[in-house]
Order: sequence, then C-alpha cells, then structure tokens
Amino acid sequence: MNNSDMQIPFNHRQSAHCETGVLSNLLAHYGLNVSESMVFGIGSGLFFGYFPFIRLNRLPLTAFRARTGRIMQRAVKRLGVELALEKFRSPEKAMAALDRKLVDAIPVGCRTGAYWLSYFPRRYRFHFNMHNLVVFGKQNGSYRISDPVFPDPVLCPHDDLMKARFARGPMPPKGRMYYVKQVPQQPDLAGAARQGMREVCRTMLRAPGPFLGVKGIRYLAKNVEAWPQKMEAREAALRLGQVIRMQEEIGTGGGGFRFIYAAFLQEAAGLLYDDRLEGFSDRMTEAGDLWREFALIGSRICKQRAGETETYAALAAILRECADRETRLYRDLLEHVQ
Amino acid sequence: MREIDVPQDGGLNQGLKEITYAVAENGRYVVVPSLGWEPKNIANAQAWEVISEDIRTQARRVLEGELSPLAYHLARNLMTAGLAASYVRLPRWRVKRHLKPSVFNRLKPEILQRYADLLGLSLVELKQIPLADVNMLGDEQL
Repeated sequence: MNNSDMQIPFNHRQSAHCETGVLSNLLAHYGLNVSESMVFGIGSGLFFGYFPFIRLNRLPLTAFRARTGRIMQRAVKRLGVELALEKFRSPEKAMAALDRKLVDAIPVGCRTGAYWLSYFPRRYRFHFNMHNLVVFGKQNGSYRISDPVFPDPVLCPHDDLMKARFARGPMPPKGRMYYVKQVPQQPDLAGAARQGMREVCRTMLRAPGPFLGVKGIRYLAKNVEAWPQKMEAREAALRLGQVIRMQEEIGTGGGGFRFIYAAFLQEAAGLLYDDRLEGFSDRMTEAGDLWREFALIGSRICKQRAGETETYAALAAILRECADRETRLYRDLLEHVQ
Repeated sequence: MREIDVPQDGGLNQGLKEITYAVAENGRYVVVPSLGWEPKNIANAQAWEVISEDIRTQARRVLEGELSPLAYHLARNLMTAGLAASYVRLPRWRVKRHLKPSVFNRLKPEILQRYADLLGLSLVELKQIPLADVNMLGDEQL
C-alpha cells in the first residue's frame, strides 16, 4: 500500500476554523455547497464560556465556540447529511481502514493531535487533540492532506499521521475518522439556519450557571477586574494573555468567532429573503470589533505598554459592554427567528 | 472589521497566512488572508516565553544533578508527567519517579526505549541534554 500513489480530486479551500472548514470542503466534494460560515451558523458554533476551574497550561480556560465536534454534529443533522463515524483501538487497523476508503475514492476527515503533525510550524504544535483535516490521497508513503488552516494541500508522513490520530491527553481522538455517505438533494438551508440561530441565542441568553453565555462574559469581567488585586502582575498578565489567545488564535476568523458569525447572518439574510438579518449581522460585526478592542488594550497591558486609562478595570468595562450588546442582539434575534 | 483594516503583522507564524472574516467596501463579508496581528503576537510570544523559561529551568536542574534528563526532554516536548505516562503506558507516579536521577539511571532498556520512541530520540540522546540548549535557549530554537 505504501508505494501506491493516488489522489482523489479534492477541492481544497483554506478556512478560518478546522472543524467547519473540513465539513464545508467535504460537503462541496459531494456537490453540496455550504460555505464555512454557513456551517458555523447552522451548527450553532458561537459560544462563550469562562471556566476558572478548568486549566489549560495552568491558566483558566476561556471558550468562544461550541465544544469540539458539536458544530459538525449539529450541522450534519440539520442539513440531513449522512456522515459515517469510526473509532479505533489499534493504530494499524485505523490506518488500514483509512487506506481502504482512499482506494474507494472517498475523502476522509480525521481528528488529530496537532502536536504530531510535522507540517505545522513549531508555534502551532501544542498538545491540542481537536484538530480536523481531510486525507485525500497518498504519495510515496505520505498522505495528501487538505488541512483547512493551510493555504495549500500538504503532505504528512504515515508515522506522523498515525501518531497524530492516536494522540493522548485530554479528549484523545482515538483514531476517529468520518466520511460523507449521503447528501440530500435539496437540503433545507433556510430552516437549518433558523434552527442554528435559535440555539445560539438560547444558549447565550439562558445557559444555566454563571460561566456560560452572556453571563459568562460578565463573570469574566468581574474576574479580570479583580486580578490585579488578587495576584502578582505577571500572573494577571498571563491570564489575560490566555484570554486574548483563545479569542484571536488561529481558527477564530478574528474577534472570537464574532466575525465569522456575522458573515453567516449576512449570508442567511439572502437565503431567507430577510433583510433584517443584515442589521443583525452589522450588530454582530460591532460586537466583534469591541472584542478586538479588548484584545488590543489587553495586549498593551501584557507588554506593559498601556496608557494611563488602559487598566484591568477598563478591560472589564469593555467586556460588560460586549455582554450588554450581545444580550440585546440575541434577544432581538431570537424574537425575530422564533 | 473592515477589509482594509485586516492586520498583516508578521510574527511567530513564519509567513503562514490565516483566514479572517472582514467587511469589504460594498458591505459584504469576504475572507481575507492575514499574516497576523500584533496583539495576538504579543499574547503568543508571552506563552512561548513561559515555555522557554520552563525548558531552561529544567535544563539547569538536570545539570545540577537534581533531576534526570527526562525532565528536560518532557519540558522540551511540552509534556507533563501525566501526559507522558499515558503515552508510555505507565502510571503517572512512575513517570514522576523517573525524573529522579538515581531512579532514571537504573531504568531497564525496555522502559528507556518507550521514552525514546515517544520523544523521537535515540537512547544516547535520551540520557543527555544538548548543552547548547542550556546556554542559549531562546524563542528561535522553539
């Protein structure tokens, strides 16, 4: 198998986020054109959560999107796509199963640990087990990969891909792979988009507890304000840096996914013949801009280059403004698509 | 974010462009490749500084005979004892014990080989630390 060169004609398109990019590209392969932002919106990708008790690199976890796998799950269900999912115990069997699919000319999505993907620049290689990519061919024992984060297809040696598919640590991929079995002839994009919006609005407004949704943003604001009193300047700066990284790190499309969601709302406006969604899209863009403002000032504090008014209290004020604006936005949007 | 405002601040991403979503002149959303954004570069550099510092600390402690070379190699690979344990199929407390030089030096080749395979090192490399790293470990090495 190793020396057989083959390639499925697969249209690689770079995207902002791996999970939505992979699904969008896979669906396009079967003639169903759903943009990345549509997949994100239909799958209710937008989210907020601040979890001081879950630590990532010893720092509190902030999340701007739905839990990995959920976006794809929801989008597939709402679109009526049939997606086959397989999980493995044995790395060898997992690779053999992948090869069989390639022989059948089926492009295969894989969940991987980014640390082992040798084509990544070093800075991306964290032990992060939720990276999605599409395998669509082989060449000299390496796999041809459509990694949505890259501008062009890449090659990955067999052993690296095997290691990546069996990365360990939190949320191990366990060789997970998936492929499209069937796409609907006429999917109800409009209905799916509406469903997607409703769920985001409900989660952001009504999720229980203080850590999620707009309440979570306010909770983060309260925490941010208290950091300089509660801990040393360096620790506070590290925590702030982590929030900025989660918000702007690769895969968000900027502004903690607010811009990609605004793009979805705009596209949905055309799809649903509903001009008012354009207005919601504009408001979401403004929310994203405000998040960018938070990152900008926050980074100056991290670098100790902040002006006199650029304090943790000022950051908290921006976050509260984000929370207020988003609250109004989700309320109005929910009422509109109810 | 407007299309003309999409930042192109190069940095740690070594020229790899990321996709951002921005509003074009005509009000429509477009995807725009971006080289990076300074605030994000600052936050990333900060995270890598913490990692480099940890690697230097572990290297020093290995040289002072306080820890086994394994401690350095784990730090270099951003691994905790717990994560390494799940890869080499040992309980975490055993991996932690292997960070002691006295225990590490008596390890069976079979166990050493598991670590070597995980870290992509030869047995010889596993038992030492590259001296150059200790003196001049900067971000450029990461």
